[in-house]
Amino acid sequence: MLNFSDLLPYSHLLLQGLWVTVVLTLYATLGGVAIGTACAAGRHYGGKALRGVIGGYVELIRNTPFIVQLFFIFFGLPAIGIKLTAWEAGLLAMLINLGAYSTEIIRAGLAATPKAQVEAARVLGLNPRQVFFRVVLIPAFEKIYPALTSQCIIVMLGSAVVSQISVMDLTYAANLIQSRNFRSFEAYLVVAAIYLLFAILMRQVFEWIGRRVFRHRRKAS
Amino acid sequence: MALVNIDQVHKYYGDLHVLKGVDLKINAGEVVSIIGRSGSGKSTLLRCMNGLEAYQEGAIIVDNKEVSSDEKQVRLLARSVGMVFQSFNLFPHLTVGENIMLAPKLVLKLSSKEARELALDKLTKVGLAEKIDEYPDCLSGGQQQRVAIARALAMSPKVLLCDEITSALDPELVGEVLRVLEQLAADGMTLILVTHEMNFARDVGDRVVFMHQGKVWESGPAKAVFAQPSTPELQSFISAVL
Repeated sequence: MLNFSDLLPYSHLLLQGLWVTVVLTLYATLGGVAIGTACAAGRHYGGKALRGVIGGYVELIRNTPFIVQLFFIFFGLPAIGIKLTAWEAGLLAMLINLGAYSTEIIRAGLAATPKAQVEAARVLGLNPRQVFFRVVLIPAFEKIYPALTSQCIIVMLGSAVVSQISVMDLTYAANLIQSRNFRSFEAYLVVAAIYLLFAILMRQVFEWIGRRVFRHRRKAS
Repeated sequence: MALVNIDQVHKYYGDLHVLKGVDLKINAGEVVSIIGRSGSGKSTLLRCMNGLEAYQEGAIIVDNKEVSSDEKQVRLLARSVGMVFQSFNLFPHLTVGENIMLAPKLVLKLSSKEARELALDKLTKVGLAEKIDEYPDCLSGGQQQRVAIARALAMSPKVLLCDEITSALDPELVGEVLRVLEQLAADGMTLILVTHEMNFARDVGDRVVFMHQGKVWESGPAKAVFAQPSTPELQSFISAVL
C-alpha cells in the first residue's frame, strides 16, 4: 500500500532541500547567463586567440557529462590544492555548465542582430560599449529568449546531480527520506512533482520578466 | 574650404577596384544627388564620407575633419555627419522618442528632459510629434523613415547623408519622406543623396553627380544635367530611368 503520510515527519527535509535547489538555481542562472553573455560577446567580437579559448571552453563542457564535470571539480581539484565545499563545487559546476550552453545560445542572438543596426548606432556617435549594451543586447536576447529559458530550466533539473556529492538539495532529501522509511515510490514521486511545479513556475517567471524587458512586443501586438 | 572635400579617393574590395579616383567638393547648404547604375560606387562613396567604409588612397575631409574608418574618428565625425539608411534601422526595442533621445543623452550628455524636448522638436519637424511614445513596429515605413531622419537631425549634423532612403518604401509612402527632405533643403541643410528619385533630384537638388564605373562621370546643375546630358553614358542612363 502507498502511504504518503510517512513523508510528513520529513517535510522539513524536503523544504530545506527545495530551498537549496532554489538558491543554487538562482545563482547559477544569474551567473551562468552573465558568463554566457560575456563569452558570447568575446566569441562574436574578439580576436582569434580569445575566440579560440572560448570555443575550447564551450566544446569541452558541451561534450562531457555534467556529473563528470561535477566530480572533477569536487574530487579532482583538491589534488591540485583547490578545495571546495560540496555546495561551492555544485554551484561552480552549474555556472560553468550553463555558461557554456548559454554562450552558444546568446551568440546566435548576437549574430542575428542586423549589422545595419550597429552601423546606425555608430554613425550616431555611440561607442562600442554603448552600441553593445544599448542597441545589440536586448534585441539579441529577445530572439533567443525561449531557448535560454529552456536551458536555465534544464540546468535547474540537472542540479539534482549535485546530491551525488552530498549537497543537501531536493534530490538529496528524497534519497535520505527513502533510506529511512523505505517509501521510495512516495518520496521520489513527491520530489518529482516539486521539480515539475518549480520548472513551470520558473518558466512563468521568465515570461513575466520577458514581457517587461521586451515591451514593444506587447504594444505592437 | 568646402564642407565636404573628396580628393582622388580610391577604394578596393580585395581585387575589386570600386572607386577609381573620385574628386568631389560640396559646399554648405547644397543639395547634391548622386545617381548612377547599381555597382557604379555611389553608395560606397557615401559610406566613405562618414567612415563606415575605409578607402585606401586619397583624402576625404568633412567639416575640417579627416575621414577614416578608425573607431574614434567615426565617433568624432558623427557630430558633423548624419546618415539615414534605406532600411530605416530604428532600434526596435526603443520607442520613437527613445530612439531619438539615445545619442543626445549618451553622446551629447543631455538630461532626459532636454533630450525629450529635442526629440519632440525634431519629431514636430517631420510631422510625427504624436508618435513619440509609440514603438517603431507600430509605424508605417514612411513614418519610420521620417523618425530616422528626426533621429539623425537630433545630433545637429552639418550634412545629412541619405542612402537610397525611399527605395524600401511602398510607392504611396515615398512622397511624405521626400517632402521632409524638401523642407530640410529649404531650411538650408546640406544634403547628399544617393537616389533613384530622378524627379526629386531634378526639381529639388542643386547639383547632380552621375557616377559610372567608379568615377564621377559627369556633374553639374541639376536641371541642366537632366536637360542636356553631355556624355552618352548619362544620356542612356537618363533615358532608361525617366
